[in-house]
Amino acid sequence: MKRFLAFVKKEFLHILRDYRTLIIIFGLPVAQILIFGFVVRTDIHDAGIAILDLSKDEVTRSLSDKLSSSGFFNITANLNSYNDIDAILKKGKTKEVIVFEDDFSAKLQHQGSAAVEIIADGSEPNVANLVTNYTKSIISTFSASLNKGEPNMNGLITTEVRMFFNPRLESQFMFVPGVITLILILICALMTSVTITREKEFGTMEVLLVSPLRPWQIIVGKVTPYFLLSIVNVVLILLMSWFVFKMPVAGSIALLIAECMLYILMSLSLGILISTIARDMQSAIFISFIGLMLPSLLLSGFIYPIENMPKIYDYVSLFMPPRWFVTIIRSVMVKGVGLAYVWKETLVLAGMTAFFILLSAKRFKERL
Amino acid sequence: MNKIVEASHISHRFGSTIALDDISFKIGEQELFGFIGPDGSGKTTLFRIITTLVVPDEGQMTVLGRDSVKDFRSLRGEIGYMPGRFSLYQDLTVEENLNFYATIFGTTIKENYRLIEAIYSQIEPFRKRRAGALSGGMKQKLALSCALIHKPSLLVLDEPSTGVDAVSRVEFWEMLHKLRDEGITIIVSTPYMDEAMRCDRIALIQNGKTLGIDTPDHIRERFSQKLYAISNPDIYSLLLALRAEKAVHSSYTFGENIHITLAPGATTEDLTKCLEEKGFTEAKITEIIPGVEDTFLELTQK
Amino acid sequence: MIEEKVIEVKDMVKRFGSFVANDHLTFDVYRGEIFGFLGANGAGKTTAIKILCGLSRPSSGKVTVAGIDASHSPEEIKKRIGYMSQRFSLYEDLTVSENIEFYGGIYGMTRKEIFPRMDDLIRRLDFEAYRNTLIREMPLGLRQKLAFSIAVFHNPEIVFLDEPTSGVDPITRRQFWEMIYETARNGITVFVTTHYMDEAEYCNRVTIMNEGRIEALDTPARLKERYGVSNIEELFLLITRPNNKKV
Repeated sequence: MKRFLAFVKKEFLHILRDYRTLIIIFGLPVAQILIFGFVVRTDIHDAGIAILDLSKDEVTRSLSDKLSSSGFFNITANLNSYNDIDAILKKGKTKEVIVFEDDFSAKLQHQGSAAVEIIADGSEPNVANLVTNYTKSIISTFSASLNKGEPNMNGLITTEVRMFFNPRLESQFMFVPGVITLILILICALMTSVTITREKEFGTMEVLLVSPLRPWQIIVGKVTPYFLLSIVNVVLILLMSWFVFKMPVAGSIALLIAECMLYILMSLSLGILISTIARDMQSAIFISFIGLMLPSLLLSGFIYPIENMPKIYDYVSLFMPPRWFVTIIRSVMVKGVGLAYVWKETLVLAGMTAFFILLSAKRFKERL
Repeated sequence: MNKIVEASHISHRFGSTIALDDISFKIGEQELFGFIGPDGSGKTTLFRIITTLVVPDEGQMTVLGRDSVKDFRSLRGEIGYMPGRFSLYQDLTVEENLNFYATIFGTTIKENYRLIEAIYSQIEPFRKRRAGALSGGMKQKLALSCALIHKPSLLVLDEPSTGVDAVSRVEFWEMLHKLRDEGITIIVSTPYMDEAMRCDRIALIQNGKTLGIDTPDHIRERFSQKLYAISNPDIYSLLLALRAEKAVHSSYTFGENIHITLAPGATTEDLTKCLEEKGFTEAKITEIIPGVEDTFLELTQK
Repeated sequence: MIEEKVIEVKDMVKRFGSFVANDHLTFDVYRGEIFGFLGANGAGKTTAIKILCGLSRPSSGKVTVAGIDASHSPEEIKKRIGYMSQRFSLYEDLTVSENIEFYGGIYGMTRKEIFPRMDDLIRRLDFEAYRNTLIREMPLGLRQKLAFSIAVFHNPEIVFLDEPTSGVDPITRRQFWEMIYETARNGITVFVTTHYMDEAEYCNRVTIMNEGRIEALDTPARLKERYGVSNIEELFLLITRPNNKKV
């Protein structure tokens, strides 16, 4: 028993003196609670919706007001024709379009029913479900209240829901793009950060530095094989999602692969940057994997939409590369958009890549 | 004599620890120069300054006629460096390691094969084996080959014989001598005092300071007193007895003997008598020539 | 003085697949002896020591350490021995006193036993200033001395030292050996391996291993006489490199 206690005491000392284990034991749970508590939301607020009002009469205006003042929605636009729907959903800020058919109140009075069409962005099935359900419930409450007030009114407002981009609301449309985002950044950052710190640990880096090899040659030389192999990886993943998960690519495959290549390059440079910070392989793995995992998983919009999170998380996620890539890959794969819709996100990723590379170049010590 | 390396008042610190304290020395062409000192004496830091990997806090280091700080780019590529712990790629084969180093220095194995032949031929039968699977002595030979493959004019070896058995160590020094004869200047560090005798000149180093820089023989001559050796079947008892004797100034074990110096005015006859009285009838005192280690011990104690 | 055997090895063989690491080793070690174990890397020293420390079982042969049969109860051996290796001995992120307490504890010493003995040890080593210093902030020579003291802290019957003085400065090396002498005098048997040939001379008896076999075993004086050499290094070279006798 004595021996056992002596051993336990020693283990406590090790743990308390190593910042890494302290982070895992205390930091991680706190971070997780904060994130999960605020990120995992099954309610919505300020979800963007657009209205296509083909009647523009009292009832529709009243219903529109009801929707916009509910606190759940934010009216992003008032559309003029069906042709506008595709474009505005592709942009991404609008989660659903509500279409009031023409002669709405007349139909309600005389025919006894009028239809509201709800066209939702199916590329994020979770969000789509939430938003459409809330909408339907508001409409049906409104519909019931109409009849109460007016003895002449005896109409029912019917709703019909359509999902754009993902008609059957299949969940793989959500998780395949997200999984690609997650895997690529974790593996790529991990690989490059480890390979450089490994040379440092084994002492071979010293000999490389004293050779005619320039630092940029060393870095590019290390990144290149991983880059090529990661592209092969991406192709494999896409093939698997096509054949196994039946996930189609709605947009241009060339654009998709090009964006993936940019993202891979960004992740590899992030790994290089990590290797200039980490002293040894263990720290490199710790930072690349544990450090990146949680934010990539929860703050990228992969599972839980960022729009639902408190504003501060929204700002924080701006600094997370996965957040930008999730938008790109989802838009291209599921919504089928072209570069015109995602140029902003692409530019951000390119900028982040350049930033990581420049910072790494500055930090890479040509000396010990 | 052309100066290959010239150090002038080099000092360097790591935090509050002084690694090197005002070190100055000159190393000439085709010299086999040894830095002799224990772990932590500053040898590795000094070598990293020579090979341009570290910028010294103070002082100037001139290598091959160029400043190690300003002209580091041109120097890298002309120095062959073998840091401690055999920094080879463990998962690459012998051949792959050698090829890699040859290529990044802009040469091929064939071009300078003659230079490394004597060394490499011993491990060539294992050329397809992973470096990690080699014995200590073989790793050492491979590391040396890799450091030489680009025909450097200066070879810097940091503790190349540590962790290697005695046989390989002897062979290794024979190889170094041959290389020096071929025209390469070699700087070596070692904690083994006996290896000091195999260098052309040595610098004794301890706690970041040099205790003496000269040929091994001259260093030995610096020993300030007469040195005697006594032996006895039970070394430890003799040692304790000697420590208690006023006539004895210093006493250190050296294998089967104890090396002693006498206090001023004491004679060996006095000592022999005292020892006999204590029961050490077999103790024989003979005068000996001091070795490098004796001098090191004396200089350290000052 | 009756010479009591603390280690008895008879025809010990250790095989790894078809490779024979230890080939019919036979030797005895007596109480209070300083026993030197020399050999080139790969000669089988480490394998043999692992068996003697209870870390591995012999493939065949009889091995008795501190009265325990190594084939049957290697775990029991561990309680009666101490061990110090060149590569690792102390926890760098713990202090001097924490290391002492820890090792004392895992060898079953009570707090009442540990604390006075620890004070005594610190006093003898003149380490009072280092009592609460982290190991990683101590110079190498002092670390080795402390590691040795801790290895014998629980008064084992035998202590195994694996290249304990590698890289250490000449003065500390000698102080270290004086500690070994003192320890042997107190009845603890010291089993030491080293690459320093002059240290072989400090041992009561020395054995040289080569390619899995014991090639020489005797006192340094008798070995030198028998082989006609003046020091152990010559003897070592003679034995391990007989074909390549470049003088």
